[in-house]
Amino acid sequence: MKAKHQRLTLLLLALAAVLGAVLLAMSALRDQASYFYAPADVVRKGLPLDKPVRIGGMVEEGSVRHAGDGVTIEFVVGDETDATIPVRYRGIVPDLFKEGSGVVAEGRFQPGGLFVATEILAKHDENYMPPKLAGERHKAESLQ
Amino acid sequence: MIAEAGLAALWLAAALALLQLFLGAAALRPEGGQVIASVRPVAVAQGLLSALSFLLLIQLFLATDLSVKLIAANSHSMKPWLYKFAGAWGNHEGSMLLWVTVLAVAGAAVALFERRLAERTVIATLAAQAAIGLGFYAFLLFASNPFERLNPAPPEGNGLNPLLQDPGLAFHPPTLYFGYVGISMAFSFAVGALLTRDVGPTFARAMRPWVLAAWIFLTLGITAGSYWAYYELGWGGWWFWDPVENASLMPWLAATALLHSVTVLATRGGLRVWTLMLAVVAFSMSMVGTFLVRSGILTSVHAFAVDPRRGLFILILLGLYIGGALVLFALRAHTVKEGTTFEAVSREGALVANNLLLSAILGVVLVGTLYPLGLEVATGDKLSVGAPYFNAAAGPLALALIATMAAGPLLRWRRDSLAALVRRIALPLLLMAATCLLILLLAPGIRVLPLLGLTLAAGTAAASLGPLWRRNPRRTPLFTWGMAVAHLGIAVSLAGMASEAAFTRETLVAARPGETVEVGPYRVQLTAVEPVAGPNWTALEGRLTASRGGSAFSMTPQARTFSSPPTDTSEADIATMLDGQLYTVIGRPDEQGRWQLRLWWKPFVTLIWLGGALVALGGILSLIGRIRRGRPAKVEESFA
Repeated sequence: MKAKHQRLTLLLLALAAVLGAVLLAMSALRDQASYFYAPADVVRKGLPLDKPVRIGGMVEEGSVRHAGDGVTIEFVVGDETDATIPVRYRGIVPDLFKEGSGVVAEGRFQPGGLFVATEILAKHDENYMPPKLAGERHKAESLQ
Repeated sequence: MIAEAGLAALWLAAALALLQLFLGAAALRPEGGQVIASVRPVAVAQGLLSALSFLLLIQLFLATDLSVKLIAANSHSMKPWLYKFAGAWGNHEGSMLLWVTVLAVAGAAVALFERRLAERTVIATLAAQAAIGLGFYAFLLFASNPFERLNPAPPEGNGLNPLLQDPGLAFHPPTLYFGYVGISMAFSFAVGALLTRDVGPTFARAMRPWVLAAWIFLTLGITAGSYWAYYELGWGGWWFWDPVENASLMPWLAATALLHSVTVLATRGGLRVWTLMLAVVAFSMSMVGTFLVRSGILTSVHAFAVDPRRGLFILILLGLYIGGALVLFALRAHTVKEGTTFEAVSREGALVANNLLLSAILGVVLVGTLYPLGLEVATGDKLSVGAPYFNAAAGPLALALIATMAAGPLLRWRRDSLAALVRRIALPLLLMAATCLLILLLAPGIRVLPLLGLTLAAGTAAASLGPLWRRNPRRTPLFTWGMAVAHLGIAVSLAGMASEAAFTRETLVAARPGETVEVGPYRVQLTAVEPVAGPNWTALEGRLTASRGGSAFSMTPQARTFSSPPTDTSEADIATMLDGQLYTVIGRPDEQGRWQLRLWWKPFVTLIWLGGALVALGGILSLIGRIRRGRPAKVEESFA
């Protein structure tokens, strides 16, 4: 094979690989990406029952209940609207989880509206606010 | 005074970088003969000044000078000295100063030691390095001045995020920065060679140590970061596909591809344009990494800045550098001579497959990391892409890549035959079959991906030693050892990942003192919970007694409360055995006096990081081998 042809072949292979990767990525994204819901979104769009999602909002004051087994907790997530999401989680809650502070949880909605979390996300500091909530607060402030 | 001196040194260094760029550009003109000698000294002076500036910042942190805004915001007089020291780069401004310092010092090192390349190419390289540096100097001086004073000085500082108060922090970010900067050096070499039309084996040999060094640091940084997240976050996971983790993985993937293609260029004179392209891609990935981490676009422990101006600044730098590099590449790529050809079944062929697979994985990770950001900007929809996506899309590609890695080193350069490869790889294949059967017998319920992983790990481990087979160990070049050790490390790490995924046992209970819990082969008793205190925290410490048949040992996970800033963290206690780790976390008590205990038994999980360390060790062996060999006159028969 001539050098020029080899270079062309390699270039085409590289393009094919990258294109293949992007297609693979896109199809995997469609199946695997989980959308982010704030309580208001659930009201507006209905319950997403078909796949795991993330929810985010503020843990409502006085809503945290510990179940009898000692490792399951239930709490209510709210946002700036009246909408709320009841959440159940089995596990040790992260260090920064407390009433009145922001929370992001990953899991699935049950048909009755209960959100069963498989993970409470903890990688944030004490000033953390779910981006959506922060975004909407910001919007509200700039409207005033 | 120290802060002003630091700022002055930084300004001077920036001015010298500008001078370096102009002198370099002038020297490259046909009539530029007289200035050519002045570029190297300027680069050395620039390196010394930025190092001085960084040392002064460390001095300010050690003395806790609260009249400096950065220190008041991030340090505290009661902090242990190690965290005062590491605190110098545990924040946005300080870490950017570290970035630019390493960049300038690397430029100085090239100016002092690079003698192999044509002088014009070295000068062009230094000019490119100065251009990169200038952007970051501007960023520091105009948008993130680390030496800004605060008037009046507050009586006490805010302290450092307790999650970051860990010995791992002292070394993790600098390690990654060394990696990013090493890649920028490789990129500067590529720009220099493109400018002077000097792309050939000599250029590849000059660039290779930098790629190798960058790659070693990135490997160490990723390994250390993974272990840090594992024990510090208390979740028992070792990789979360967090954008910040991806920010370090993407440059590593690109650097790994570059490392292998630059070897083809250095050894065989092939893959010229491709190597240049990879240098551009690798540098773009380290810029994207810096952008993701430094712009505050992600909300996580790593994102210190919440100032949108900074994000915009880095984004503009990113666009300028990548865009500029691509334009230069497009203008000059056709002037690069074609390299030597090779057959599909050959060492080069395997390395091309390696490069394509690495690029594909890089594409998958890049799309998964940037897609949520892009979607949010475009439509406002929020979406998160997590482990399910990355495992599904990148996992199979990674297994294919590792299979290529096992076969590649057993192939000859230029041309080889499949039959010969099968003969050489027969033993590893048999071992794979045996491993697969053994696992299916011992653990019939195992999932497909872990099974494939364990099987492939066994075969790859055996195949990686192939290049050493029947060779006199003392006459085998050090870089061949390096290749074998690094490939073995990948196999070891893969075995750890697969074992962790397949065999982890988890127990989550609420236990009263005196109760016993079982996890995997262990019986763990909660004997008591006691309050303890550290220098800047108090904690509730669980006293656990764990045993597996034989003698018992004690473990003490803690739930810590830091005073400044007020934060709770949990300190996992991890017991390491030969065959795995017992990982214990204690939560908060409930109203009935029960304590939440989360226990994991993770068989062979330590292999993940041991493998990472082996990979880095392999890199170090290769680097020593390359540097010792100096200027190889003959074509090398092997590579690392």
